[in-house]
Amino acid sequence: MESKVAYDNDLNLKATELRLGLPGTDDREEQTLFSARNNKRPLPDTSKECGSKKKSDAQHVDNETAPPTKAQIVGWPPIRSYRKNNLQPKKSDQAEVAGIYVKVSMDGAPYLRKIDLGIYQGYPELLKALESMFKFTIGEYSEREGYKGSEYAPTYEDKDGDWMLVGDVPWDMFMSSCKRLRIMKGSEARGLGCGV
Amino acid sequence: MNYFPDEVLEHVFDFLTSHRDRNAVSLVCSLWYRVERFSRQRVFIGNCYAISPEKLIKRFPGLKSLTLKGKHHFADFNLVPYDWGGYVQPWIEALAKSRIGLEELRLKRMVVSDESLELLSRSFANFKALVLVSCEGFTTDGLAAIAANCRFLRELDLQENEIDDHSGHWLSCFPDSCTSLTSLNFACLKGEINSASLERLVARSPNLRSLRLNRSVPLETLQKILVQAPLLVDLGTGSYVHDPDSETYNKLKTTILTCKSIRNLSGFLEVDPRCLPAIFPICLNLTYLNLSYAAGIHGSELIKLIRRCAKLQRLWILDCIGDKGLEVVASTCNELQELRVFPSDPLGIGHDAVTEYGLVAISIGCPKLHSLLYFCQQMTNAALITVARNCPNFIRFRLCILDPTKPDAVTMQPLDDGFGAIVQSCKFLRRLSLTGLLTDQVFRYIGMYAEQLEMLSVAFAGNSDKGMLYVLNGCKKLRKLEIMDCPFGNGALLSDAGKYETMRSLWMSSCEITLSGCKTLAKMMPRLNVEIINEHDQMEICPEDDGQRVGKLYLYRTLVGPRKDAPEFVWNL
Repeated sequence: MESKVAYDNDLNLKATELRLGLPGTDDREEQTLFSARNNKRPLPDTSKECGSKKKSDAQHVDNETAPPTKAQIVGWPPIRSYRKNNLQPKKSDQAEVAGIYVKVSMDGAPYLRKIDLGIYQGYPELLKALESMFKFTIGEYSEREGYKGSEYAPTYEDKDGDWMLVGDVPWDMFMSSCKRLRIMKGSEARGLGCGV
Repeated sequence: MNYFPDEVLEHVFDFLTSHRDRNAVSLVCSLWYRVERFSRQRVFIGNCYAISPEKLIKRFPGLKSLTLKGKHHFADFNLVPYDWGGYVQPWIEALAKSRIGLEELRLKRMVVSDESLELLSRSFANFKALVLVSCEGFTTDGLAAIAANCRFLRELDLQENEIDDHSGHWLSCFPDSCTSLTSLNFACLKGEINSASLERLVARSPNLRSLRLNRSVPLETLQKILVQAPLLVDLGTGSYVHDPDSETYNKLKTTILTCKSIRNLSGFLEVDPRCLPAIFPICLNLTYLNLSYAAGIHGSELIKLIRRCAKLQRLWILDCIGDKGLEVVASTCNELQELRVFPSDPLGIGHDAVTEYGLVAISIGCPKLHSLLYFCQQMTNAALITVARNCPNFIRFRLCILDPTKPDAVTMQPLDDGFGAIVQSCKFLRRLSLTGLLTDQVFRYIGMYAEQLEMLSVAFAGNSDKGMLYVLNGCKKLRKLEIMDCPFGNGALLSDAGKYETMRSLWMSSCEITLSGCKTLAKMMPRLNVEIINEHDQMEICPEDDGQRVGKLYLYRTLVGPRKDAPEFVWNL
C-alpha cells in the first residue's frame, strides 16, 4: 500500500529534525525510537511491533488472499478487533456455502480436475462423482482392508501433509482437513489397503 | 427562579434529561449548583481519568446510574496496549464504601475483573442494570456472581466484550426467585450454555423484552424460548441452522407468527439461509436489523430478506450485499435513518464489495438518513457531492475506504471537494471520519463549515501543520480529535494549547510531533494529562532526546492530575 503522495511535502521537517541513527541512513530503514511510520513499512516490521496482542495479525499473515505487496498497517482498517475476530471463523462457514474446491488427480490421467466438496452429502456421493468423472470403479470400502475389488484407491492429502485413505474419518472432519485428492492406481493403491 | 423553594427548582430540573442540560444548569449560580447536585441521579463520565470516584461521590450523593468510559476509541483497533489502564475496580470499591445506592452501571472500553463484578454484585442491594461494551478482563465466573447476587436485576447487556468463557454454568446461577429480567444479551459469549436453564429463565421472566443469544443456542431452543416470550421486542438469534424440512423448523415458523412485537432483529452468527423464510412474516415490523455478523447470508438471500423490511430505520449489514443490494435497500427502506456497511473481508479485495454507486443510490432513496458508517472499495468527489445534496441531515458521517489513501476513483484527484461538500451541506454534522487521498484543503473546508463538529477522526491525510491548524481554529465545538499517520508536527500541536481544555481528548499517533513538543505542552497546561505510549524496548529509550518523534500521544483534560495506575510504558509528561 503506497501512501507516499501525502508525504512529499514534509521534507523540510525531516531535514532539520534531530534523529538517532547514522547520517545517510535510508528513509525506509530509519527507525526512530518511538515512531512507527507504518505507512512506509511493509508487512513484517509492522506486525512485529504489536507483538502477540494483535491476534488478527497472525491471521493476516496466513491469509493467502492478501496480496503480498499490501502493507498491514497497525490499526487499519478501523474495525473493532472483536468484529474482526468474529468474522474470521466465519470464513469457513462461507467456504462451506461458497465451495471447498480441491484438486483431484488420477494416476495416469493427463490433467487434474477440481471438485467442490461442499456439494456432496457424504462419501458415497463423492465416490460416485469421482467414478463418473474419471470413468473407473472404486472397490468396496471396509475399515480393515480399505478398497477391495478394484485397482484404484481414493486418497487425500490432509492438513498435516499426510496421504490418507478416503473414508476413514467422519465426513465433516474429512471436509475440513482435505487439501487435495489423488486416485491411486496399482501396487501403490494395494499397499494402502493392507492393514496399515 | 431564585425565589422559589428548592423543591420547585428540583422539580423543574427533573425535566432535564440530557447530561449537557443538567451540566449547564449547574453552572448558573451556586444555588442551582446545589439543588442540581443533590437531585442528580444519572452521571455520564466520558473519560474515567478526568475525575476521581471520590469527587464524584462527594458531588452527587444521590447517584443511581453511572456511565464510564475508559480507553481511547483507538483501543478498538489495537492501538492501545493491553494493560494501558481503564480499570473499574477503584470505582466500584469507592462506591461500595460510600452510601451510594447504585442501580445502574454502564461501562465502555474498561478493564473489568471478576473481583470487580463480585464486589459490585454484593455491594448494592438495589442493583438493576449492568451494561458492558467492549470491555475485557473478566470471565463467566464474574457473570455468575452478578446472576446469583443481584436480586432485582433487570438488565444484563454484554456487547462485544472479550470474555473468558469458563462454562455456561453462570446462567443457572440466576435463582428461581429472579423474575425481574427485562433484558439479557450474551451474544458475545463463545461457550456453551445450558439450554434447559435458559428456557426456565425465560419462562419465569414475564417482563423480558430483549434477548440476544450466543452462537451456541440452537434453533430448537430458540423456538421454545419464543413460545415463552411472545412479547419480545428485541431478538438476537443464536445458531440459526436447521433442516428446513424438519418439524422443529415448522414449529419455529408457526411460533414466530405470534411474535408480533419484535422490532429489532440481530444475530444469525451461524445461519442456514434456507431457514430465513421463517422470519419473513415479521420483517415488515422491523425497525432495526443487524446482519453484520451474518456472513452466511449472501447477496441474493440478503436482498430477498431486505425487500420485506420496508419500515427499517436502522440497518447494519456486510458489504457482500453489494451495490445492487444497496439499490434494493434504497428502494425499499425509505424510512432509513442509520446505515452501517461493514467489510466482510477486511484485508482482501472483496468482489462483492460496495462502491460509490451504492452510497449514491442510498442517498436518493433514503432522505431521512442521518448516520452513516460505510466501508467501501472506492469513492469519488462527484458521488460525495451528490450525497451531500440529497442528504443534508447527516449527524454522523463516517466513510472508510479500505485503501486509506485512495484518490477519486475516476479523476484520481484528492477527495477534498467531496468531503468539503458534505461539511458544507450538513450543518448539523457532529461526527466525521475521513479517508482517501486528502490534502490540507479538506481541513480548510472542515474548519470553515463544520460548526457543530464534535468528533473528528483522521488517518493518512493532509500535507502540513496547516491541516490540523484549520481544524483547531475553526471547529469551535470540537471535543474529540483523533489522528493517525498524518504529517502534523509540533507547530500544530502547540498553536492553541488552551483549546485542549475545551476538549475531552486528543490522540495523535505516527505523526510528526516530537518529545520536545509534548513536554512543552505538558508544561504549559497543568490541567492536561499528556501521556506518551511507548511500547518499544525500554532499554533503547533516551528520555533526554527531545528530538525523537513520538509514536503515540494521548492527552486529555482532567481535574485530578496524572493517574497513579499508569503502566511503565506510559509516560505522563
